Amino acid sequence: MSASNTTTITSIGAPNRRNTELALLVFAVAIPVFAYANVGLAKNGSVPAGLLGYGVGLGLLATVTHLLVRKFAPYADPLMLPIATLLNGLGLVLIWRLDQEPSLGSAMAPKQLMWSTFGVVLFVLVLVLVKDHRILQRYTYISMVLALVLLVLPVFFPPVYGARIWISLPGIGSLQPGEFAKIIITVFFAGYLMVKRDALALASRRVMGLYLPRGRDLGPILVIWAVSLLILVFETDLGTSLLFFGLFVIMLYVATERTSWIVFGLLLSSAGAVAVASSEPHVKIRVQDWLHPLALQNGAVTETAQARYAFGSGGLFGSGLGQGYSRLIHGIAPKSDYILATVGEELGLAGLMAVLLLYGLLIERGIRTALAARDPFGKLLAIGLSGGFALQVFVVAGGVTGLIPLTGMTMPFMAQGGSSVIANWALVAILLRISDTARRPAPSPAPSPDAEATQVVRNQ
Amino acid sequence: MSELTLTVMRLGFLAVLWLFVIVAVQVIRSDLFGTRVTQRSGRRGETAARPPQQRQQAAAQDRRGQQPAQNGRQRRGAPTKLVVAEGSLAGTTVALQGQTITLGRAHDSTIVLDDDYASSRHARIYPDRDGQWIVEDLGSTNGTYLDRNRLTTPTPVPLGAPIRIGKTVIELRK
Repeated sequence: MSASNTTTITSIGAPNRRNTELALLVFAVAIPVFAYANVGLAKNGSVPAGLLGYGVGLGLLATVTHLLVRKFAPYADPLMLPIATLLNGLGLVLIWRLDQEPSLGSAMAPKQLMWSTFGVVLFVLVLVLVKDHRILQRYTYISMVLALVLLVLPVFFPPVYGARIWISLPGIGSLQPGEFAKIIITVFFAGYLMVKRDALALASRRVMGLYLPRGRDLGPILVIWAVSLLILVFETDLGTSLLFFGLFVIMLYVATERTSWIVFGLLLSSAGAVAVASSEPHVKIRVQDWLHPLALQNGAVTETAQARYAFGSGGLFGSGLGQGYSRLIHGIAPKSDYILATVGEELGLAGLMAVLLLYGLLIERGIRTALAARDPFGKLLAIGLSGGFALQVFVVAGGVTGLIPLTGMTMPFMAQGGSSVIANWALVAILLRISDTARRPAPSPAPSPDAEATQVVRNQ
Repeated sequence: MSELTLTVMRLGFLAVLWLFVIVAVQVIRSDLFGTRVTQRSGRRGETAARPPQQRQQAAAQDRRGQQPAQNGRQRRGAPTKLVVAEGSLAGTTVALQGQTITLGRAHDSTIVLDDDYASSRHARIYPDRDGQWIVEDLGSTNGTYLDRNRLTTPTPVPLGAPIRIGKTVIELRK
């Protein structure tokens, strides 16, 4: 008998991991509190006065979310909530740290804490109201319309820093509807592709090793491409259009298993990017900054170069929290777009890698959820949400580190910005809901009625 | 604040951050679920070499370790494992712990049969209320045979009786 055949197979159900989640959450609250104390000691030589309040506030948010997850999604993934809490807490500390620099404008941390609370409220609402993610499937086409409306809305508002991605509501402040549209359009893609994937995968001709889909199946992808290009032209926002098109290509690939979609997607998006980069002045400037970061603008180097100086001065282990010079990044957004530069300077390469790994782990749990999900809609939705999240992290981190031209997107959870925090908490809630359904142990089979009947016959 | 304190805090913070990442990865490692396959070629030779009395003791210990909760209502002489006797999976065993065992080509079956004569959900083996194991054909195309008879109704499985599905033969053993 060969050795490979002497195996024992036991089936293991996914255990309820809520206690692991609780332990990790305590850890995830303690780390930002430590960071907060560290910043205070480094900047003012004393533990900051708000330490207790901040710690209790973050701990309270974590406790409420944990208890509700225990109640409403008992089998959900144990890692997503702690990682999201840690990233959000670290972001709050970094924003508070940047608030200590008077040259960077007014204090943003209290506002950000308020937005985070709203985000957690939305997280709880999604978890409580969406009892089963398949409910979302009913709203496939409504979500398409809603997402398009949200995407088009900012065109009617004046541009901020050259990009039209904000809408300003009197009394509330400005919102980035694109962040919410990201989630809603994923629902549409998941619902649409679940129905159409067979037509897209099977009805195709083979040309030069690639599967060419039929014209009518190619239609939707061309429409989405055109819409994302239009966003790029009218809202001059490279990031959002990249995100939407990339999201669609990822989901098409997952739904159909055809590599040709990736080839098409890359060709179309690079064609679109080149066309827009050579015509649109706002995007053109960004590309020029990326290609020539050391070129002088108003007597100083570009922001891209300043961010790289920050990374360089941080070195391997960083300058220590509160001891960097990120106030010298005098650009438009040291607290939002460039927050990673502060991480890189004050925590060094080691800290930046840890933070990027945390994002990676969150994305991995999302993809793992997609693998474990039993229904195709849940699979596509989970892969779309985590894929979109991954694209956003890539676009921002790539932009700040100089891999790709900088775009106007925010680092999920960390960067200052209300819409981003709120939308990403909702995204984590949907992922938790799907993972709860996916990891729930299957109910034991009911005794079949036939068996009862035959027993009766046999007994007589 | 002295320079030393700040340096310690800086490195300490990085250490704590990485510790979180490592703990998270450990949680992922322990979070595996699905089907566990244990290689037992070494242990098998070991058990065979032992004198018979000792072997029985070891088996009894194994059984106790596997199912502490069910020891009370476990009958004497009840099967403890399902063994694939013939076919491509020959030698595979599944511990019987009161769970339903599904057989078929579907990849979520407990025993995934790679056999052209098997249906995707071919048969299942489950305990009834008395702890008697029952085999039931789930409407398969080519049928499930207990000894030589094709199953039409759920049937109790005696110890050691061959259940044949395509080229695969499985038995319940102590």
